Amino acid sequence: MSFPLLTATAAVPAIGAIVTAAVPAARRTAAKWLALFFSLVTLVLAVLIGVRFAPGGDRYQLTESHSWIADFGVRYELGVDGIGVALIGLTALLIPFVLLAGWHDADPQETGSKRWRPTQGFFALILMVEAMVILSFEATDVFLFYILFEAMLIPMYFLIGGFGDRAHAGSDEKAAAQRSYAAVKFLLYNLVGGLIMLAAVIGLYVVAGNFSLQEIAAARASGELQMATSTERWLFLGFFFAFAVKAPLWPLHTWLPNAMGEATAPVAVLITAVVDKVGTFAMLRFCLQLFPEASKWATPAILVLALISIVYGALLAVGQRDIKRLVAYASISHFGFIIMGIFAMTSQGQSGATLYMVNHGVSTAALMLVAGFLISRRGSRLIADYGGVQKVAPVLAGTFLVGSLATLSLPGLAPFVSEFLVLVGTFARYPAIGIIATFGIVLAALYSLVLYQRTMTGPVKPEVSAMPDLKVRELVVVAPLIALLIFLGVYPKPVTDLVNPAVGHTLSDVHEKDPKPEVEAAK
Amino acid sequence: MSASAVHSLWTMAAPIDKIDAPTIEYTQLLPTLIVIGAAVLGILVEAFVGRKARYYVQVFLTVVALVAAFAAVIGLAAGGYASTEAKIVAMGAIAVDGPALFLQGTILLTGLVAVFTFAERRLDPAAHGNHVDSFTAQAASVPGSESEQAAVKAGFTTTEVFPLSLFAIGGMLVFPAANDLLTLFIALEVLSLPLYLLCALARRKRLMSQEAAVKYFLLGAFSSAFLLFGVALVYGYAGTVSYAGIADVVDGTVQTVDPALAGTMGNDALLLVGAAMILMGLLFKVGAVPFHMWTPDVYQGAPTPVTGFMAAATKVAAFGALLRLLYVVLPGLRWDWRPVMWGVAIATMLIGAIVAITQTDIKRLLAYSSIAHAGFILAGVIAATPDGISSVLFYLGAYSFVTIGAFAVVTLVRDAGGEATHLSKWAGLGRRSPLVAAVFAVFLLAFAGIPLTSGFAGKFAVFKAAAEGGAGMLVVVGVISSAIAAFFYIRVIVLMFFSEPKPEGPTVAVPSPLTITAIGVGVAVTLVLGVAPQYFLDLANQAGVFVR
Repeated sequence: MSFPLLTATAAVPAIGAIVTAAVPAARRTAAKWLALFFSLVTLVLAVLIGVRFAPGGDRYQLTESHSWIADFGVRYELGVDGIGVALIGLTALLIPFVLLAGWHDADPQETGSKRWRPTQGFFALILMVEAMVILSFEATDVFLFYILFEAMLIPMYFLIGGFGDRAHAGSDEKAAAQRSYAAVKFLLYNLVGGLIMLAAVIGLYVVAGNFSLQEIAAARASGELQMATSTERWLFLGFFFAFAVKAPLWPLHTWLPNAMGEATAPVAVLITAVVDKVGTFAMLRFCLQLFPEASKWATPAILVLALISIVYGALLAVGQRDIKRLVAYASISHFGFIIMGIFAMTSQGQSGATLYMVNHGVSTAALMLVAGFLISRRGSRLIADYGGVQKVAPVLAGTFLVGSLATLSLPGLAPFVSEFLVLVGTFARYPAIGIIATFGIVLAALYSLVLYQRTMTGPVKPEVSAMPDLKVRELVVVAPLIALLIFLGVYPKPVTDLVNPAVGHTLSDVHEKDPKPEVEAAK
Repeated sequence: MSASAVHSLWTMAAPIDKIDAPTIEYTQLLPTLIVIGAAVLGILVEAFVGRKARYYVQVFLTVVALVAAFAAVIGLAAGGYASTEAKIVAMGAIAVDGPALFLQGTILLTGLVAVFTFAERRLDPAAHGNHVDSFTAQAASVPGSESEQAAVKAGFTTTEVFPLSLFAIGGMLVFPAANDLLTLFIALEVLSLPLYLLCALARRKRLMSQEAAVKYFLLGAFSSAFLLFGVALVYGYAGTVSYAGIADVVDGTVQTVDPALAGTMGNDALLLVGAAMILMGLLFKVGAVPFHMWTPDVYQGAPTPVTGFMAAATKVAAFGALLRLLYVVLPGLRWDWRPVMWGVAIATMLIGAIVAITQTDIKRLLAYSSIAHAGFILAGVIAATPDGISSVLFYLGAYSFVTIGAFAVVTLVRDAGGEATHLSKWAGLGRRSPLVAAVFAVFLLAFAGIPLTSGFAGKFAVFKAAAEGGAGMLVVVGVISSAIAAFFYIRVIVLMFFSEPKPEGPTVAVPSPLTITAIGVGVAVTLVLGVAPQYFLDLANQAGVFVR
């Protein structure tokens, strides 16, 4: 038996979480370094997965399969395709930065008993989320995936509710109330989505008799497993609902601005750049593979919802007064692009969507983390409280600018490539929708540049006049992310090579081919 | 029954020449006999052992009896009585089969853990130099009277709780194994009467405790009467009280008519009304809507260890009896009882979950949550498939340990007035005692059915069985009420972890190893059944066949 690389990649952060949580209260700094160490080991393992994965080979590679709960027909089945590898890489890459950025976010204030160890808890919870997210990208058993999909809500919930943004207008009590409101809203939205998915998961079992993605998909493809049209549609809706809450898709998005606004910046990155990707990833992997016909049936409606997400998210972002909520609405807009790319059912669209997942993760992390540094300096999330920062802290302003430009998909930075692919892929099949979606880009330019202009340019506000520039730790967080944004913007081939074969498989699952171009390109 | 029918009963009865001594299979009845025997011994201990030593002797006796009875259950199961050797003993009164042994094992284990919490004497501050437990010094004294103070001063303790709980456990062992309606009724009474008493024995808030006991007793007596009336009607219909006999008559395989009952036998009205009344009696014990009204008051008023015991063990026994009744006696009536039980299950799930939202007392909250859980279990009962049986067995095992553990945690959180059960007092508990709050959070997440806890495995099992049994609608309702229920479990977690502690908040008492064991077992079972439930599912599967 070969080394279970996939299990190890998820097990290392899980073990790290337990070890970190067990560190005594006084050894706070040791816990932080331990957590960072485990996240780096995870990154090494994730890179190993990338190395061992052969893009042109089998659809699912590095597979593992063990009996788990035979009575439910549940197996511990893992396997990755190119999309999974890319997203595991993204997750493993971002977590060390998240940990570093949140280095001081959970230092204890005053209250609590000797056994109250918020710092250890904060780092352990982040690692726990990482373990569950990575395993969910690997799971090829529907039940196993469902368990992780639900279970990751609990550590996320404690991260949002337990470690809020300290920079807050108003009293501590009010902040605590808003924070627990955001945490509960996050949990209830996702739990309801998950429970509806549970009904669909049970329904799928009743129809198919097991939970193995590969077996069910094979039986569907060979015609061995027939589903009544209405059954397939109901099951699809059950799954899609849960993923649309997680992704989030308009009109199920309202938890995200609350959660991202109240959480600390690193946790907000964890939500939008890592955890939410599970939703869009699952649409590709589960909705399209298990329910191809129903997916096609639902495509027009989903595309319209995605379009609304794009425009509505961008419009609301323009109107935000709070930096973090602005990034949240921008993310909703971007998730609209991702979902549109997935359901455009073209190879460019889906490749673009997958690439978008990675790029959005990196660009949002860059913008949000710099925004977090900014907010922690001034102690306010309101845009109006800033002005002229670029004169006081030029490096901070510069990195913030790069993050903003990435968010508006400037050519040369990574998100441009993916957004372009999604729009081209959508236009090929649904020209009208592609055209309307382009307005999202115009609005993105508006909210990104206005954000930069209002906070960084203009006369220096007295409150920010003594603002220190980025520290070494913060530079270590930001610089690699920016380098990656530029690299993937110029040379996205490593990721697209990884993703393209997987996208081809997914498209053939839904029996779709790319539409022929109407004008032959000149030879 | 008219006067002439009664008359004919007497005249037509054949003259009795000699009475055959019944054959009793003592080995197969060993678990029950051990428990009841130990209970009788416990009463003798009360009478003859000195006051100082009584507590230790009682605890020792009770624990030994429960362990021995559990060993006997294991022995019987190993001897094949759970599968191939399953049979009916004691002249057709008791079934020894898979479900019976599985449930008896569960009841004995939960009983054992509950006895640990009964025996806890470190939580309340010592009164006059004597350690005290959760039970009143002298049940007979009027609350607040001088005689009560004198009893407290003298260091009296109500060690009767141990034999009482043994009697209750004895009744619970027979309840799911009863194979005729009369044994069912007797077992019901044997398990209920000690519980009524136990409810009245709280040390603190005695008036509330006594009120709870009276309510429980009155409503319980009422439901027993219903059950007994139902038994009489079904006897009138079938001419027998034996489960298999009734089933044969319902199926129409037996056509003989007892001449004494010629006027009533085969009258479907009697069967339907009688079966409905028996079901009412059982649904009352289960705490299903609309027979749930007693649950919150009794759960709140009873001493918390007793509440935990009732919520766990009684529910196991009652669902066992319900399963046997529906699967052995009334499978022929499936088309009649299923729609009704659908309604009951839906109402139980929804009302339990919705009403729980407005609760402000942790014990009442857990009471309504137990109602909602009864609804989930009913969904598995309704499946009417072998999977349904085994899923219910599994759920009961998983649920009872979570419940006992949760109530054991409730006993720890105290202020000057005893247990601090009002939810507002739990604010910020996570900061004062992270471990206790984390453990309680685990139990709450299990109640909410979050994956990787036993609650999820159980919920999945019953919902799957229900879906396969064609009750997809029930699954949808179950999922919706799970979502509603999740809201109030999470509210408690929010309170514990995200709210600022109040200055004069409660303290967490440091318990003795007894309560620690009870809670530890609860957490261990919750996590093991959540992560690796396969072994126990197998066990429940093998145990999922009723003997007839």
